[in-house]
Amino acid sequence: MEGNGSLIGEIGLYALILALVFSLVQGTLPMVGTHYGVGAWIAVARPAALGQFIFITLAFSMLMLGYIVSDFSIENVALNSHTDKPMLYKISGVWGNHEGSLILWIFILALFGLSVALFGSNLPPTLRARVLAVQGLISFGFLLFTITTSNPFTLLNPPPLQGLGLNPLLQDPGLAFHPPFLYLGYVGFSMAFSFAIAALIEGRVEPAWARWVRPWTLAAWCSLTVGIALGSWWAYYELGWGGWWFWDPVENASFMPWLAGTALLHSAIVVEKRDALKSWTVLLAILTFSLSLLGAFLVRSGVLTSVHAFATDPQRGVFILALLVIVIGGSLVLYAWRAPALKSGGYFSPLSREGGLILNNLLLITACATVLIGTLYPLFLDVITGGESKVSVGPPYFTNTFIPIMLPLVVAVAIGPMLSWKRADLYGALSRLRLALAVALLVVIIGWYTIENGSFLSLCGLSLAAWLFVGALVDLGERLKIGRVGLGAVWRRVIAQPRATYGMTAAHMGLALTIFGIVASTSWETERLQVMRPGQTADIAGYALLFVGVKDVGGPNYNSVRATFEVSREGAYIATLQPEVRTFTDPPMQTTEAAIRPTITADLYAVVGDPDGQGGWATRIYHKPFVHWIWFGAAVMAGGGLISLSDKRLRVGAPGRRKFNRRRAKVTAA
Amino acid sequence: MTRKNRRLIFLLAGFSALTIAAVLVLSAFEESLVFFYSPTDVIAQELRSDVPIRLGGLVEDGSVSRASDGLTTTFQVTDMREVISVTYTGLLPDLFREGQGVVVEGHLGTDGVFVANEVLAKHDETYMPPEVADALKKSGQWKGTVP
Repeated sequence: MEGNGSLIGEIGLYALILALVFSLVQGTLPMVGTHYGVGAWIAVARPAALGQFIFITLAFSMLMLGYIVSDFSIENVALNSHTDKPMLYKISGVWGNHEGSLILWIFILALFGLSVALFGSNLPPTLRARVLAVQGLISFGFLLFTITTSNPFTLLNPPPLQGLGLNPLLQDPGLAFHPPFLYLGYVGFSMAFSFAIAALIEGRVEPAWARWVRPWTLAAWCSLTVGIALGSWWAYYELGWGGWWFWDPVENASFMPWLAGTALLHSAIVVEKRDALKSWTVLLAILTFSLSLLGAFLVRSGVLTSVHAFATDPQRGVFILALLVIVIGGSLVLYAWRAPALKSGGYFSPLSREGGLILNNLLLITACATVLIGTLYPLFLDVITGGESKVSVGPPYFTNTFIPIMLPLVVAVAIGPMLSWKRADLYGALSRLRLALAVALLVVIIGWYTIENGSFLSLCGLSLAAWLFVGALVDLGERLKIGRVGLGAVWRRVIAQPRATYGMTAAHMGLALTIFGIVASTSWETERLQVMRPGQTADIAGYALLFVGVKDVGGPNYNSVRATFEVSREGAYIATLQPEVRTFTDPPMQTTEAAIRPTITADLYAVVGDPDGQGGWATRIYHKPFVHWIWFGAAVMAGGGLISLSDKRLRVGAPGRRKFNRRRAKVTAA
Repeated sequence: MTRKNRRLIFLLAGFSALTIAAVLVLSAFEESLVFFYSPTDVIAQELRSDVPIRLGGLVEDGSVSRASDGLTTTFQVTDMREVISVTYTGLLPDLFREGQGVVVEGHLGTDGVFVANEVLAKHDETYMPPEVADALKKSGQWKGTVP
C-alpha cells in the first residue's frame, strides 16, 4: 500500500509540473507567433492545449485515486479523508479543500482550452491561437500558484494509519456538486475573457466573435446559476438556520460574476445581431472574469469574516492578489489602449431593443457595483485605518441598495423583448402588455383583501412577479401570433421559432418564479422557538407538531440524537419530521440536520437543539410559504439557458450571419 | 436624433443610475455598518448601549450556563485581558464551544451585559475569525501558528 501510495503522489506532482510547462508554451509561443506571423509557432497552440489537458487530467485522476484508495501518504488525503467515509464523499472530498479545489479549477480551465483547440476550426487561425494563448497564461498562473503554495501532492513519511476526515457539513449531496458547478461557471467566463483579450490584440470585434462568445458565456452562466442555487439550497437545509441567503462575502463572491455574466449575456446579443456595443461587451467580458477571480481571492484568502469561511492561509491570499492585479490591471490597460480601435456600427435610437438591453446592462452593473462596495468596504476600512476599525456590512445594506435597483429592471424585463430593433414603439409594446398589467393590478387588489398580514411592499413584490411571468408569456404569444392567425399557422410558427426565444421566455419566467418565492417566503414566514417535553404540541400556521421524543441512533460515521415530531392539521395526521443532531468523531464536530417537509405551497422546517437538563429540548420550527420556488425558479432559469444553448444559431460552428437572417426573414413573412 | 444626442442620452442615463446608486449606498451604509470590538475596546470606550455592534473573543472555559427557560444561554467572551458577559436566546450554532473563538452581534445593555441577537456560526473547527485573531494578538495572547 505504502509503496503504491507515494507513487500516486509522485505521478500526480510530475503531471502537474509537465502541465505547467505545457501551459507556458501554450501561453507564449502562439502569442509571439501571431505577432510575427510564424506559422509553426501558431500551430503549437493546439497540441499544447491538448498536452496541458492530458497532464492536468492525469494529476486530477491521481488525486482522486488517492482519495478513493485512501492513500494517507498524500498529506491532502490524510487531512481531508477517512476510510469510513462513504464513497461519494471520498470523491467530493477531492474538491472539498483548498488544494483539491484548485486542481478542479485548473482541470476545468484546461477542458475549456481543449474544446477551443478541438472545435474551433471555423475560427480565424490567429484568433484561435491568441484565445488559446490567453487561456494558457491563465492556466500557467494558477498552476504556478498551486505548485508553489498549495501542492496537493505533498507526501507524508511515514503515512498515518487513518485520515482526519472531511468536515461533516460538506458530507452532503448538495454540496458535493456545488463546487464543480460554481467552478464551471467561474472558469467558463475565462473563455469570454480570452476572446475579449484576443479581440483587443487583433483590434477587431465581429458578429462572428459574439457568436463564439455567447454560447460559452451562456454555458458558464447556466452552471453558475445552478451552482449558486445549490449552495443556497444547501445553506437552507444543512445549516439549520432556515435562511437561504445571507449576503455573506462568500455568497457575494459568486453572485457578482453572475450579475456581470447576465449583463454580458445580454450585451453579446447586441454585438451579434446589430454589430454595436462592441467595446462595452469586451469590457464586460473582462469585468466578469475579473469578478470571478476576485471571488476566488475573497474565498481563498480569508481576508473577510464570513459565516461560510473555512480555515485559510493569508500567504496564499498575497499570491492570488498578485495574480488578480496582473490579470485585471493588465487587461484593463490593454483595454484602455486598444478599445478605441473597436468601431461600432449599427445606429439605434435609445428607445429600441438595443436601448432596452443597455438599460438591462446599466442596472445589472450598478447593482453589481453596490454589492461589490458592500463586500469590499470592510476590507477597505481595515486597510486605511491600519486595522484599527473593523466593521461588517449587514444584510440591510444589501437589501436597501440591491432591491431598489432591481425593481426597475424587473419592470423592464417584460417590456424589453417586445421592443423592436433600431427604433421601437413603447406605447405599442405597453398596450400589448395590457394583460400582464391587468394581472399585476389584480394581484395587488386581491392580495389586499385576502392576505391578512401582507405589507404593501410584499404585495408589490408579488405583483411584480406576476407582471414578469405573464409578460414573458404575452411576448411569446405575440411572437407566435396566437389569436391573430389560424391554429395551423400558429403551429408552424411554434416550430419555426428559434429555440433561443423559448430559452429567453423560460429564463424570464424562472426569474419571476424566484422573485415570487423570495417575496412570499420572507413576507409570510412564521417561526416558533420553544422548549418542548415529549407529549407537548407546538402550533404553527394551522399545523400542530406533537413532540414524540428523542432517540439515539447510529450512522455510518457519526452518532445521532434524533427527535420525532408528528405533524397534524385539524386532527388529521400528515407527516413525521425527524430532525437530528449528529456528532461526528473524525473530525470531532456536531452538525444540525433540519427536518423539512417541502410542499408546493410551503415548507415545514424543524430543528432540535440542546436538552434543558429537565427532560425538555430546545426546538425551533419554521413555516415558510413557497420557499422552494426560489430554487425551482433558478432551475427554470438555467433550463432556459440550456434551451437557448441548443439553438442552431448558437451552436459552435454556426452558419454565417447572413444565412439565418434570411431564414428569419422568411419566418416573419409567413 | 443625431449620434451626439444619443450618446448624451446614454451618458445621462448612466450618470443618473450612478447618482441614485450612490445615494442608496450612502444612506444604507449609515444604518448597516456594524463595528467590531474586543472586550477590551468595549470596556475602554464606554460604548453607547443602543447601537448594534459585534463583539469577538474566546468563549471562556466553564462560563457557559443555561437559564431555566432552556433557551437562554449566558457565557463570557474574553480577549484574555477583559471579560464581557453575553446572553443569547435561541439555538446556538454547532461549533459554539468553550475555549473557541466566537463573534456575537447585538448591543451592550445598560447593566453591562451584552445582549446578542446573533451568534455567528462557522463551518470549520479550526477556523478563527480574523477579527478575533487580531483582538487576541493585540492583547498579546495569540498562540496560533499563522502570523
